[in-house]
Amino acid sequence: MADAGAPFRIEGDTGEWEVVVGLEVHAQITATASKLFSGAATAFGAEPNTQVSLVDAAMPGMLPVPNKECIRQAVRTGMALDAKINRWSRFDRKNYFYADLPQGYQISQLYHPLVGEGEVEVLVDDKDDSSAKTIGIERIHVEQDAGKLMHDQHPTMSYVDLNRSGVALMEIVSRPDMRSPAEAGAYLRKLRAVLRYVGSCDGNMEEGSMRADVNVSVRKPGDEFGTRTETKNVNSVRFVMQVIEHEARRQVELIEAGGTIVQETRLFDPDKGVTRSLRSKEDAHDYRYFPDPDLLPLELDDAFLEECRGSLPELPDAKRKRYEAQGITPYNAGVLTAEVETARWFDALLDAGAEAKQAANWVVAELFGALNRRGESIENNPVTPAAAAELLRLVADGTISGTIAKQVFEIMLESGEGAAAIVEERGLKQTSDTGAIDAEIDRILAANADKVEQYKAGKQALFGFFVGQTMKAMQGKANPQVVNERLRAKLG
Amino acid sequence: MSELTTKTIADLRDGFRGGDFSAREIAEQFNAAVAAARVLNAYTVETPDDALAAANAADKARGNGDLGPLAGIPLGIKDLFATEGVDTTAGSNILKGFRPPYESTVSGNLRRAGAGMLGKLNLDEFAMGSSNETSAHGPVISPWRRSGSNVGLTPGGSSGGSAAAVAADLAPGVTGTDTGGSIRQPAAFVGISGIKPTYGRCSRWGVVSFASSLDQAGPMAKTVRDCAILLEAMAGFDPKDSTSLDLPVPQWEAGLSSDLNGKRVGIPREYRIDGVPEEINALWDRGIEWLRDGGAEPVEISLPHTRYALPTYYIIAPAEASSNLARYDGVRYGLREEGVKTLDDMYGATRAAGFGAEVKRRIMIGTYVLSAGFYDAYFNKAQRVRALIKQDFRQAFEQCDVILTPTAPSAAFGIGETTDPLAMYLNDVFAVPASLAGLPAMSVPGGLDGQGLPLGLHIIGNELDEQGVLNAGLAIEERAGFTARPEKWW
Repeated sequence: MADAGAPFRIEGDTGEWEVVVGLEVHAQITATASKLFSGAATAFGAEPNTQVSLVDAAMPGMLPVPNKECIRQAVRTGMALDAKINRWSRFDRKNYFYADLPQGYQISQLYHPLVGEGEVEVLVDDKDDSSAKTIGIERIHVEQDAGKLMHDQHPTMSYVDLNRSGVALMEIVSRPDMRSPAEAGAYLRKLRAVLRYVGSCDGNMEEGSMRADVNVSVRKPGDEFGTRTETKNVNSVRFVMQVIEHEARRQVELIEAGGTIVQETRLFDPDKGVTRSLRSKEDAHDYRYFPDPDLLPLELDDAFLEECRGSLPELPDAKRKRYEAQGITPYNAGVLTAEVETARWFDALLDAGAEAKQAANWVVAELFGALNRRGESIENNPVTPAAAAELLRLVADGTISGTIAKQVFEIMLESGEGAAAIVEERGLKQTSDTGAIDAEIDRILAANADKVEQYKAGKQALFGFFVGQTMKAMQGKANPQVVNERLRAKLG
Repeated sequence: MSELTTKTIADLRDGFRGGDFSAREIAEQFNAAVAAARVLNAYTVETPDDALAAANAADKARGNGDLGPLAGIPLGIKDLFATEGVDTTAGSNILKGFRPPYESTVSGNLRRAGAGMLGKLNLDEFAMGSSNETSAHGPVISPWRRSGSNVGLTPGGSSGGSAAAVAADLAPGVTGTDTGGSIRQPAAFVGISGIKPTYGRCSRWGVVSFASSLDQAGPMAKTVRDCAILLEAMAGFDPKDSTSLDLPVPQWEAGLSSDLNGKRVGIPREYRIDGVPEEINALWDRGIEWLRDGGAEPVEISLPHTRYALPTYYIIAPAEASSNLARYDGVRYGLREEGVKTLDDMYGATRAAGFGAEVKRRIMIGTYVLSAGFYDAYFNKAQRVRALIKQDFRQAFEQCDVILTPTAPSAAFGIGETTDPLAMYLNDVFAVPASLAGLPAMSVPGGLDGQGLPLGLHIIGNELDEQGVLNAGLAIEERAGFTARPEKWW
């Protein structure tokens, strides 16, 4: 594996090149069931044109009314990204003609966005705290999504589905702070995690609730920024990383062959793994942005901002620090906080009384293993946090051994019964009864006299053999500590 | 039975309630008048059954005393208001045959108050015009004629059908809309009253947009009192319009008083402009005397940015219109030109066929002033001038309560007489500043010019002070004694 500290470089004929990446992430505000300026529903996968209001279809005389909850979610998101919230912002119209845009303009925010500068701290390698990097956020604005064209429904015509028309998006614009595909991937994953913690966006890239426009340029390390290209609508972390890799190499090859990069919009072809030109700057629309006269400026008061701030959950970075302070390893803390559902489940486990470090090890090693095997997610895990806490308590107080705990957990997953009941019913309690343990030890030492000789002659490694035999004879229920003590006493 | 179509809304209301006549009689007489006046081209759609149905409901309700404020009153609705199930074209071919599945808030408010609908009223295409000549339905012909002449005159615009309908007794009252004078100038041209309230008083929901930051609905009727009655029913907060004012609707009719003692009337010196006929300035002077007679004190005021108002208006209004009219693309409703290959060609062909010359001109002006490289020089500068014009009025209203000016720089002109767009735009020179400032303003008839045509006086009020405007209008109405009627020739 590459050293996380080594900078990512493209090897060209003329030497090493650095890639510069900025991302514009479009995140659908899925926290609300209705659109940015209309009451129409926004469920994914609905029949075409069943979630369209008169406003979304741009019928004559229809007017947009801002959905306050969408604004609230965008403000909460901005706060979670340590960004400046603009108390005064305004909507602008971006004018262009297309069949998926019924109004003939998109309502967006060019001049006065809702959210200003912020930042995100990412770990490029999640096992390595020294790979931390801060990515700047330039702004977050709120805007309408467009509809969708369907080209496969008729031999000569295209159909239009307006279900997405008017859906609320947050456009989160990063600074050109990323220098590798890995950094961009880490940034996207982190952004997605924060959005999901906040609850503003479900981060579901397959359903299109999160997608990225990827700005890529290359330069010789230390030089000025090169000309960038923008690859639109990339809908997975993996594809974003592919786009950067491919685009950087393409640009280096082009420049080294004597060409120049033109500022243009490109599209990614996931089947071929390449980008291709969509339109150049010369063909770019003149969007004629101007303040939307149907809407008043947004003015946010203290009470609203306080409510937004007060409603924020503990965010991944804070949670991770808290876990580490409770003795959880940085790696486990990272794993436990990466997905909001995991963190929520783990917090419930802690609330049910589990000891942090033991619980973290158990979740990462045992629970994740079991869920993986069973193909289940943590939300539909049959074992509740309270039931898991009960199991961990039995291990912590010496009632059962770690080995028995694995058995008990398997039974819990299958039967749904509680750990204590399983241990009681099946007689799995650990024994510290020295009489019973001594009897087994005596039998084993007698049956393995040759090995006792070898041990006494200095083959210390055989100690483990005797422990194993004793535990086996005790069906795993002997307290390993007592077994160790008694064996040492008897072997002299 | 007496001629009910010549009565005011107040008289119809009181006579109906007092049992002098039924709502059905009112509706029938107006329906008959409408059908007999098609040559005026005031109505684009007649809806006699709608008027009768509302009348029958009013007659039934009269028995149990549960009457809305407009019960028994049939009205004409400008064809810019969406009316459920009834053709709504905005005077444009591009909306030919469009029947909205919804009712505008304002026309809905009137219906809830008990009013019936006589039909939809002709207008300049998308309310862009000052003469009703840009309508795809053809021009409205004013019921007024110059003394001794048969030349067809315009009723003004864009609410030309509305104005003609009231003046010719084809409706006791109507809705208009005013973006830069479209209620006031036609009211002046046909000798009736019309008020544009403060921006935001009337919901714009369901009104086909021309220039969103300026568009405002208002009533036109025979008297100031009738305007107050109608405006009370039309206005009100609408959560479906973000620019609607969340304020209670004052009882304007109950508040009517022509006693202007203690009021000061501002006379803006910048409104004395070259080329305005002496008759109009003379009427303005008479208006000042009438208000003085009513108890008000005239004061000279200055609105220094007045001369920039028209150019500012003709940047902002087309800019907003160029964007508002983008939705007429042939995809979802209205006209679509078939037989073209690409989507862009379909847009081009549809819009070329659907829009008239004036609408195209304004779309092009608007597109130009918003385009890269020109935005700051035109649109942004116009926005700044608009702020200065608002400031002019703010300062003026520290010295006076209402402002009096002429409504328009001329009396009605003949159809086809004004072909230069810039000359046409000058019609709104006195009306546009109040539009840019979002202020309430009204036109009331003041007298006739030498050719026997009506001239209007224009009252501008401070923000939300419709009452002050109506009261000054009432004081003029009482003193002007304007009783002239167009001689019936249709």
